[in-house]
Amino acid sequence: MEPHNHIISYKTLFGVLLALMALTGVTVGASYVDLGRLNVWIALAIASVKASLVLLIFMHMKFEGRLLKLSFLSTVGFLAVMIGFTFWDIAFR
Amino acid sequence: MSLHRISAQDHESGKKLGMWLFLYTEIILFGGLFVLYAVYLTLHTQDFIEGGQELNRIFGVVNTVILLVSSFAVAASITAVQQGQKGIALMGLGGSIGCGLIFLVNKYFEWGHKISHGIYPNSERLLEGADGQNIFFGLYYVITGLHGLHIIIGITVLAVAMAFVISGKVGPNRFALLENAGLYWHLVDLIWIFIFPLFYLII
Repeated sequence: MEPHNHIISYKTLFGVLLALMALTGVTVGASYVDLGRLNVWIALAIASVKASLVLLIFMHMKFEGRLLKLSFLSTVGFLAVMIGFTFWDIAFR
Repeated sequence: MSLHRISAQDHESGKKLGMWLFLYTEIILFGGLFVLYAVYLTLHTQDFIEGGQELNRIFGVVNTVILLVSSFAVAASITAVQQGQKGIALMGLGGSIGCGLIFLVNKYFEWGHKISHGIYPNSERLLEGADGQNIFFGLYYVITGLHGLHIIIGITVLAVAMAFVISGKVGPNRFALLENAGLYWHLVDLIWIFIFPLFYLII
């Protein structure tokens, strides 16, 4: 079964949309609870879950081959280093 | 020695890989802006929080929902094309383009509101206020502005895909163009998924 011919059902797509809406609600709700510095990380964590759903299902990544999966993860890894290391540098000055 | 004949599947995979490579550059582009955000959030936390409180959450949530629905619509249109359901495909694409346009209208009202309150790059209010607030709104305009530009490009790309579905150039056996248009649109949604909490939900 070639990846190109894989069809995602409307039901699955709609289910993902509902999950995304629910997570949006969660992230808005969480922003009303004051957890200090943790709030940003919680917001980013929820955003990452939402992003994963869009990526894996809407963008079909779950059903793609190794090349796409690895190259995508590498890009995200690069981003994590670019943001994370700069952030560390600043935070400890 | 064996020769690999390039198959139709290879071509389809190649087209998709090409689009993903481009998307990676877009991710790094916005990533660079998020580096700035991360650094200045650390250095001016209180100013960022106050800046965030000035932004209208309702606009933020509505725009988030609009983009999520539009991503669903585009994904559904691909399923439709794969199954030869041209009508549904066109509804999906039309819907997502409509969502994009509504997003832009919202952005127009949001920015207009901010500008009328003296909040825009180089405004007196920002130059005379706290540094952190100036930076927060500077980032706000650059990031949402660049994102808005990508929405415009995405709408254009989806419209082209829609035209090709209508003319039959995109069909059940040949829809890489539609898939790639969809990928671009989903990326624009993905970026907004991060912009929303970072600007609108900081308290």
